[in-house]
Amino acid sequence: MTAAADPQVLVIGIGNTYRGDDAAGLAVAEWLRTSAPPGVGVLRHEGEPMSLLEEWDQAAVVYLVDAMTSGGEPGSVYRFDAADGPLTGRFRPRGSHALGVADAIELGRALGRLPGRLVGYGIEGGCFDTGATLSPAVREAVAVVAERLLEEIIPGG
Amino acid sequence: MKDASPAAPVSGESIRVGALARVEGEGGLEVLVTDGQVTEARLNIYEPPRFFEALLIGRRHTEVPDITARICGICPVAYQMSACQAIEDACGVTVPAPIRALRRLIYCGEWIESHALHIYLLHAPDFLGYQSGLHMAQDRPDLLQRGLQLKKAGNRLMDVVGGRSVHPVNVRVGGFYRAPARRELDPLRPVLERARAEALATVRWVAGFPFPDFSEDYLFVSLHEPDAYPILGGRVISSGGLDIPVRQYGQHFTEVQVPHSTALHSLLDGDVTYMVGPMARYSLNAGQLPASVTDAARAAGLGATCTNPFRSIIVRAVETLYACEEALRLIEQYEPPDPPWVEVPPRDGTGYGATEAPRGLLYHRYRISADGTVAAAAIIPPTAQNQRVIESDLRDFVPARLDLPHDQLTWECEQAVRNYDPCISCSTHFLTVKVKRS
Repeated sequence: MTAAADPQVLVIGIGNTYRGDDAAGLAVAEWLRTSAPPGVGVLRHEGEPMSLLEEWDQAAVVYLVDAMTSGGEPGSVYRFDAADGPLTGRFRPRGSHALGVADAIELGRALGRLPGRLVGYGIEGGCFDTGATLSPAVREAVAVVAERLLEEIIPGG
Repeated sequence: MKDASPAAPVSGESIRVGALARVEGEGGLEVLVTDGQVTEARLNIYEPPRFFEALLIGRRHTEVPDITARICGICPVAYQMSACQAIEDACGVTVPAPIRALRRLIYCGEWIESHALHIYLLHAPDFLGYQSGLHMAQDRPDLLQRGLQLKKAGNRLMDVVGGRSVHPVNVRVGGFYRAPARRELDPLRPVLERARAEALATVRWVAGFPFPDFSEDYLFVSLHEPDAYPILGGRVISSGGLDIPVRQYGQHFTEVQVPHSTALHSLLDGDVTYMVGPMARYSLNAGQLPASVTDAARAAGLGATCTNPFRSIIVRAVETLYACEEALRLIEQYEPPDPPWVEVPPRDGTGYGATEAPRGLLYHRYRISADGTVAAAAIIPPTAQNQRVIESDLRDFVPARLDLPHDQLTWECEQAVRNYDPCISCSTHFLTVKVKRS
């Protein structure tokens, strides 16, 4: 589903279409698929950590977008830069369900397999019910993140 | 991942792990000790049941492999293969040998990726004193790289044969939608040759782990194929002399509900606890392994059987090596099935299928109406079958270790559960709701 083979810049939207706000990252990817400049890869991903490592192995710059549940207001947007050090606090996973996206980043760091630049956006979700669609606050946040990403990818754009 | 959180002692000592880490799905464990005796040992599975057997009813018989594949993201091929064989059995269809060979090939990919994941990321940290695979990666990135490389080889194989590595889309009742051309499989050879070397290195590596001195007299249950290590089918055999066709499984194995688990427990011949999985497969079928794999197993200290569950990590490594060799052999001898599938017209009947999932025997039974709709479904996954033996291990493991510090004992109990690579999401798909009315 990448828009370019081995792109230098890769945007990875992570989530599950069938679980309400969990699809926030996928919605951002969908948005960027039509608006990202040529040469920027856009990928929809389920978040399985090992294959995330493989996806970003070839890219120089990677932007990750995922929904999160850190207790904040639904629709809140958080940003991290992997260069700032290990992910802590609200970016750590809360479940025991094997490994998560934050683990993929830390595993990549330990293995020397992080891209030159890795920036993540988290969108706080409110409803993760089976079969639900994006809640209004998260839908707005999706547009905000997509626009911010475009600004980051095209400086001054 | 959550840390173990010991609770206050209740009636003597209690070991409680609210949420087990490094297992697939949501479950906990509870061991109660009174006067030096283990009075309770419970694997608490509280992940909600998912009712797959109910939602299959009324669906087309051709939809079953894709629906049941969704029970598990780690072993979807096992579900597809058991489902296909049960449906074909109900319809009185036997697929030709080239289709069976291609099924075995994709199954090898699943064994490689599932075993590599468990060995390197979930189980090895127990033996080396790391809280997680991530912590291990920080000290030994070279080892994790090897594990990921091995897992990737399995994923590549599933990708090429199955169309994608998770929930493959190329499998159908009767065979495959499309048979890969020889030239598509050829690039897998160097990948699998490298994986074979990595698997051999894995066998040697895990053989050197420190293993607790613990051994049980298990009743092993697995499939047995006449001329190969069991993966895709065969008869159901046990170390107690059971030897039956898959269609008689239901006459010997029964499922029962227990209050502390949302997954049904399984018993053999009324009340017998048994084990499925790599140790059972190996102990009942070691003679079916090729000499090169047997040599590696012997060099790693495995005998003809394995009765220390902590050493199951060695058996998984040996099976990974076998899966690499078997995949290379199948690619070498590959003849694209033509046509890639056979028609499976529905008929009124019941069909049975069992294959060896990475975690053990996976049994499916379906009743199909003449128009092809599913009228009844039963799916018995390996983790559900192993719940009793996991609890039995805990009961026997703890008494000799009561002098250990609480945290250490808790850790070892968790490790005893992880010996089985439990897949809790698989085990809780069941449907049996009992309504008691006065």
